[in-house]
Amino acid sequence: MYAFNYQKAKSVADAAAALAKNPDAKALAGGQSLIAAMKLRLAAPAAVVDLGGVAELRGIKSDGKNLVVGAMTRHSEVVFSDDVRKAIPALAHLAGEIGDRMVRNMGTLGGSIAHNDPAADYPAAVLGLGATVETNKRKIAADDFFKGLYETALEPGELITSVSFPVPKRAGYVKFKQPASRFALVGVFVADTGSGVRVAVTGAGPCVFRVPEMEKALASKFAPESVANIRIPDKGLNSDIHASAEYRAHLVTVMAKRAVQAALG
Amino acid sequence: MPVKVSMTVNGKPVAAEVEERTLLVTFIRENLRLTGTHVGCDTAQCGACTIHMNGNAVKACNMLAMQAEGADILTIEGVAAADGTLHPMQEAFREHHALQCGFCTPGMVMSAIDLVKRHPKPTEAVVRAELDGNFCRCTGYHNIVKAILDAAPKVAAMR
Ligand SMILES: Cc1cc2nc3c(=O)[nH]c(=O)nc-3n(C[C@H](O)[C@H](O)[C@H](O)COP(=O)(O)OP(=O)(O)OC[C@H]3O[C@@H](n4cnc5c(N)ncnc54)[C@H](O)[C@@H]3O)c2cc1C
Ligand code: FES
Ligand code: FES
Repeated sequence: MYAFNYQKAKSVADAAAALAKNPDAKALAGGQSLIAAMKLRLAAPAAVVDLGGVAELRGIKSDGKNLVVGAMTRHSEVVFSDDVRKAIPALAHLAGEIGDRMVRNMGTLGGSIAHNDPAADYPAAVLGLGATVETNKRKIAADDFFKGLYETALEPGELITSVSFPVPKRAGYVKFKQPASRFALVGVFVADTGSGVRVAVTGAGPCVFRVPEMEKALASKFAPESVANIRIPDKGLNSDIHASAEYRAHLVTVMAKRAVQAALG
Repeated sequence: MPVKVSMTVNGKPVAAEVEERTLLVTFIRENLRLTGTHVGCDTAQCGACTIHMNGNAVKACNMLAMQAEGADILTIEGVAAADGTLHPMQEAFREHHALQCGFCTPGMVMSAIDLVKRHPKPTEAVVRAELDGNFCRCTGYHNIVKAILDAAPKVAAMR
């Protein structure tokens, strides 16, 4: 590993100040993506600002209407949280599908969505539930947050503090795992919310996206057969040794059907 | 620039001057000379470097030593009792012949202890699913799964 500076932040304000002072610095959450990227020089920040000691970024709160998860909350805390299991069981299930137990003990919600890996799981829940990403500067609607391949609406130095998930009537997430990496080859999150149905797809394209045609069909009848014959175009989808774009398009329909089934319980 | 890092490892306070880029696994192996924690892949895939930080299993190759500042670390060297009596998970691995070359074993045992802590009565399916962060290139996993299923109630009885 190349040499860099390390700083442990005491608070969000402290971290923001350190990042503002040094444009070549990066926030460090669990390091589950960043350390690996630094070893490969895919990322090479001159300094890292560790958020691991910032208590205000951790924790889960539920008021029945919204479930608010702090940016530094580990995946395993979401898996085993009674609040999450009660309010949005699909979210606890999704967190339990991320990587392996050791990765889940370190990886965080904020790190996952800031990184915005095209095959990451959390972006599907954030977009699928129509969540709001809160930063140290503003609130960003999920529809405006995910911008493209590893790209988000975050400005340099801007820190995610928490994500507020509106509690849906029902929701389901089903993922077809890339067998070696365990990331989503295709994952589909379906939510029947107070304000309509949302369908979010991860793994298939360069960035998580919604499928309006499926949402419309499910709004009139929330059942697996409503999406069974909806096939998304494969143009622009990811194609690699693991799966062709055509196969991914096919999987979107299959995973969507299963996600609706999962939401129905 | 060297920085000071301190933590508790296997019940003993330790401190050292390290470079900021030092990985936790490097600190454990090279500074503390606790070489039971292995490095297989160095890319967070294989689980050979699994240790416990504040009671949770993590991959020591995928984090900085500084991220463990002040933490309570348990490595495979700290698992057996002070008099050398093996931990029930270690004993079960021996009993069931759950290792061949032994390279994956320290990580397997550390992961397995964490597994049965989270799933005190695991089914075989749960054990297999929860082992997906630990690779073994020798055993074919069968005996590892048997050992963990056998040890689970004994580990639960320890607490
Ligand atoms: C073996 C393995 C398997 C995995 N499998 C999966 C999988 O199946 N599905 C999946 O979704 N993920 C998977 N992951 C990734 C994992 O979920 C990571 O937790 C996640 O990518 C982010 O890591 P982190 O929270 O440790 O953040 P870090 O790696 O510390 O940071 C990631 C990025 O986010 C930025 N960042 C972190 N926190 C904030 C914040 N609060 N505000 C602004 N920016 C921030 C950092 O600067 C950095 O650019 C896997 C990882 C590994 C190692
Ligand atoms: S050496 Fe850490 S996971 Fe392989
Ligand atoms: S016993 Fe050889 S790798 Fe597992």
